[in-house]
Amino acid sequence: MPIREGVRSMDMPKPDQAVIARRSEIIVALRRIVPGDGVIADEEALRPFEADALTAYRQLPLIVVLPKTTDQISRVLAYCQKMEVKVVPRGAGTSLSGGAMPLADGIILGLSKFNRILEIDYENRVVVAQPGVTNLDISNSVEGRGFYYAPDPSSQIACTIGGNVAENSGGVHCLKYGLTTNNLLGLEVVLMDGQVIRMGGRHLDCTGYDLLGLLTGSEGLLGVVTEVTVRILPKPVDARAILLGFPSSELAGSCVAGVISSGIIPAGMEMMDKPAIHATEAFVHAGYPLDVEALLIVELDGPLPEVDYLVERVKKIARDNGASNIAVSNSEEERLTFWAGRKAAFAAVGRMSPDYFCMDGTIPRKQLSNVLIRMRELSEIYRLELANVFHAGDGNLHPLIMYDASNEGEFERAEQFGADVLKLCVEVGGVLTGEHGVGVEKRDLMEVMFSEEDLNQQQRVKCAFDPTSLLNPGKMFPKLHRCAELGRIHIHHGRINFPDIPRF
Amino acid sequence: MSATLVNRPDTADQLLEEVRYAVAKKIPVSIVGAGSKWNMGRPMETTSVIELSALSGVMLYEPEELVISAAAGTPIAEIEKLVAAHGQQLAFEPPDFGPVFGEKKARGTVGGAIACNLSGPRRIKAGAARDHLLGFHAISGRGEQFKSGGRVVKNVTGYDLSKLISGSWGTIGVMTEITLKVLPVAESTSTFVVVGLDDTAAIKLLTKILQSSNDVSGAVHLPNVVAARSDVFSITESVTAVRVEGPVPSVTYRIADLTRIAEEHCRTAGGQIIEPLDGSASLLFWAEVRDASYFTTSENPLWRLSVPPTVGPQVANSIADALVNIEYFFDWGGGQIWLSVESTPDAGESTVRSAIMKVGGHANLVRASKETRLRVSVFQPLDPVLYQLNRRIKDSFDPLGVLNPGRMYEGI
Repeated sequence: MPIREGVRSMDMPKPDQAVIARRSEIIVALRRIVPGDGVIADEEALRPFEADALTAYRQLPLIVVLPKTTDQISRVLAYCQKMEVKVVPRGAGTSLSGGAMPLADGIILGLSKFNRILEIDYENRVVVAQPGVTNLDISNSVEGRGFYYAPDPSSQIACTIGGNVAENSGGVHCLKYGLTTNNLLGLEVVLMDGQVIRMGGRHLDCTGYDLLGLLTGSEGLLGVVTEVTVRILPKPVDARAILLGFPSSELAGSCVAGVISSGIIPAGMEMMDKPAIHATEAFVHAGYPLDVEALLIVELDGPLPEVDYLVERVKKIARDNGASNIAVSNSEEERLTFWAGRKAAFAAVGRMSPDYFCMDGTIPRKQLSNVLIRMRELSEIYRLELANVFHAGDGNLHPLIMYDASNEGEFERAEQFGADVLKLCVEVGGVLTGEHGVGVEKRDLMEVMFSEEDLNQQQRVKCAFDPTSLLNPGKMFPKLHRCAELGRIHIHHGRINFPDIPRF
Repeated sequence: MSATLVNRPDTADQLLEEVRYAVAKKIPVSIVGAGSKWNMGRPMETTSVIELSALSGVMLYEPEELVISAAAGTPIAEIEKLVAAHGQQLAFEPPDFGPVFGEKKARGTVGGAIACNLSGPRRIKAGAARDHLLGFHAISGRGEQFKSGGRVVKNVTGYDLSKLISGSWGTIGVMTEITLKVLPVAESTSTFVVVGLDDTAAIKLLTKILQSSNDVSGAVHLPNVVAARSDVFSITESVTAVRVEGPVPSVTYRIADLTRIAEEHCRTAGGQIIEPLDGSASLLFWAEVRDASYFTTSENPLWRLSVPPTVGPQVANSIADALVNIEYFFDWGGGQIWLSVESTPDAGESTVRSAIMKVGGHANLVRASKETRLRVSVFQPLDPVLYQLNRRIKDSFDPLGVLNPGRMYEGI
C-alpha cells in the first residue's frame, strides 16, 4: 500500500486493563485450545496484524489466534466470552474501512488456516468453501468447467470469501450480477458464546428470519463465518468492452443515464475523471485518450449476437451524448488492456502521491455531475488533489484524496475532506459506503445518515447475537450502549391525536 | 378475518399512534396489508387488526434511476402497472396467490409481498423479493420509527435490516414506506418447450440448461396431471419449459442453443421439442407458474418446498411413496416443489419433513385449514439454537410480542 508509516490510533473503546494484565494466562488457555503454532504472542510476529488495508490506523493486538477447525473457534469464542476478552475476526486483512483493525485488549481471530474448498457441486451450481479461501480461488477452481463466481472486488487475488461475506463485497460486475449477498446461499457461523449455527445451503431462501442476509455485511460484529456456500454461474460466451471519452463529466454522466434508461444493464460501467485517466495512463499505458475530461468503460457480455447488438446500441447512445472518443475491444487481449488502467487506478494514484484516502460513497446516478463539481470545490477549499474513479452504473464513487502525511496538518485535512465528501453523498440521497464498509473509518459519520432510534435498533440486533459486546466492538457504531440499557422499553404515552378513530 | 376490531389508519401519523397505543396497553395486533395472505402462515388469535390498505400511493418513481418508493399499503398491481408503462418491472415476479385461496386476483400490497418474501420463477436469475428491497421505513414493536437501507443498490452502511424484514411476516416491524429496485423488461421473451419427459429426465435437462451460458430466467417442469390444467396447452403429456429474455438476436441465438442441448438429451431420454411460446402465450404460462394456478381448483393442503435443485425428483418420489393422491410441479430448475396433498389433519407433515431432512432445504405449508395450521408447524421448524436466536431478534424489535404474535413460530 502506498500509505506511509505513521501510527495513528482511532478513538476506540477504553482498553480493559484487567484483561491486558491477564495476557499470559490467556495465552496459555488459548494454546490449550489451539496447539502448535496457532497462537502468536511474540511482538515481532504480531506486527503484521497491526493494521488492515486502512493502514493509517494501527494497533498491536493482544494476541493472534489462528485456529484450524470450527470446534477450535467455538472453544476460543466460548473462552473469550467467559473471560470477557474482545475478539476481532480477520480474513486476509484487506478491509479498507478498518474492519479488522485490532484492539489493544482483544485477540485477532485469523481465519487464514481455513483455506480449503470443501466441495464443488456443478450440478447444483454451488461451491462450498472455508472462509479463508480467496475470492479469486473460487473462480479459478471452477474455471476449467466454464464457471465463475460473480462478485469480483479489486482485491480478489488476496481478499477472502469470509471477508467478502463480512463486508458484502461488490466489484465491477455487481451492476449486472449482484453483490456478495445476492450470490450467497449458505453459511456456518459461530456465535460469540461458541454456539454453531447453519443457515441456507444448496437451496434458495432461508428458514425463519433471513440471517444469511443479515450476517452479510455485518462486518464481523455478529458472528464468525466458518463455512460459505456460494452460487457459481456459467461464464458468458463473450464479452466486449467499449472505451468512451467525453469532453465533460456531465456528458459522461448523461451517457450513463442514457444506457440504463434504454433498458441495457451492462456487465460493468466504470468512469474515471481527468486526473485518474492521466495517472493510470502514465502508469500502465492502456491507450486511454488524454484530451478528455471523463472516460467510460462499458462492458457487455453474453452470446456474441447479443454483445454485438448491444455494442452498437451503446455506441449510438454515446454519440448522442457527445462522446469524443469511441473504441470497442476486438479481442480478449484488447478488452483486458482497456480494463488494465481502471484496475490499476488506485496504484497509479499511489505513485503520484505519498498518501491517499480512498472514499466509497454511493449516490443516485443523476447526481454524478453535481457531486463532481462540489467535490472539486472541496478540493480547492482543502487544498488537496483529488482523482475520481466510479462504478458509474450503480452510482458508487471512489474519490481518491491525495495528501502527504509528513506535512503538518495534512492528514487531518484529508480526513475532514473525506468526511465532507461522504456527507455530500448522503445529502444528495446517497449513502456513506457502497462496498468498503463502515468499520472505524466511517463509524463517526453514521449519525449523518441514521437517527438515534435507527442506530439503537441496529445495536439491539447486535445484542441478540452478542449481548456483552465482545465481538469486534468499536466498529460501525459511533456510540456504544449497554444491551440492558437498549433493551428498556420506552412507552410513548403521548396525547392520542385521533380521538375519533376506533381504539382497540 | 375473524378478529374483532379492524383499524385502518389513513395517515402514517395515525398508524404510529395506533402502534404506540397497542404497545402502551400491551395489546397484540395483527398487521395486514390488504389481507390477501391472511390464510397463509400460523393463524393468530389477536382481537385487533391494523390494516395498511389506506396508506397507499407511490412516493417516488425515477425510471432512469431504476427505483420506486411506495407506501406499504400500495397494491402491487398498481406498482406493476406504473412501471410497465415505462418498460420496467419488479424482476422478482411477486406471485399473486389470491386464487389459490379462492379469492380475487390482484389484492396484494407491496408491504405484504416484501413481508412474505415471495418470488416467482425469475428467482433463479434475478433473486428473491429481498434482493430487490433497497430500503424501508417501519415502526417497531417499541412504537419507534426506524429505517434501514436507502434508495441506491450499492449500500453497506450498517446492518442490512432490509434482508431481516423481508420474510419476517410483520413480526418485527410495521413497514410504512418501501423502496424497491426496478429493472427493464427485456426486449423480447421466448419460452422453449419440451413435452413428454419424466421427472428425472426433465430435471436432468433443466440442469444441463442451467449449466449452459444461456442465462435462462425460468426453468420449470409440469408432470402431465398438472400440465393438463394449463390454459396455454391442450396436452396430455408433461411440459418442461425454459424462458429466455433479452434482445431479439440474443433470444434467437439462445433458443437455437437450447434446441441443440435438448435434441441431444431427448435422443436417450425421450421427449419431444415443440414450437416455443412467444408473446401472450409465454406471459400467460409464466403467470400460471408464478401463481401456482394449477392448484386453484381444489382446497387440498399445499406445500412449497425449497431443496437443492437436482434432488427435486427424488424428494417428490419419496413423498409419493408414502402419500396417495399427491400432485406437484417443479420450478427453479427443480429447486422449488409445489406439492398438493390429500386433506388430512396433519397434511402429510411428517412425510414431507422427513423427505426434506435427507437432502437439506425447507418446506412451508402455504394452504391448509386453520385447524391444520394450528396443529402442524407451518414453517420449517428451526433447530433449538437458531430458534433461540430468532426469538432474541424478535424480542429486540418487539419485546412485548405486540406485532403479529406467533405468525411464524411459537413466540415469534
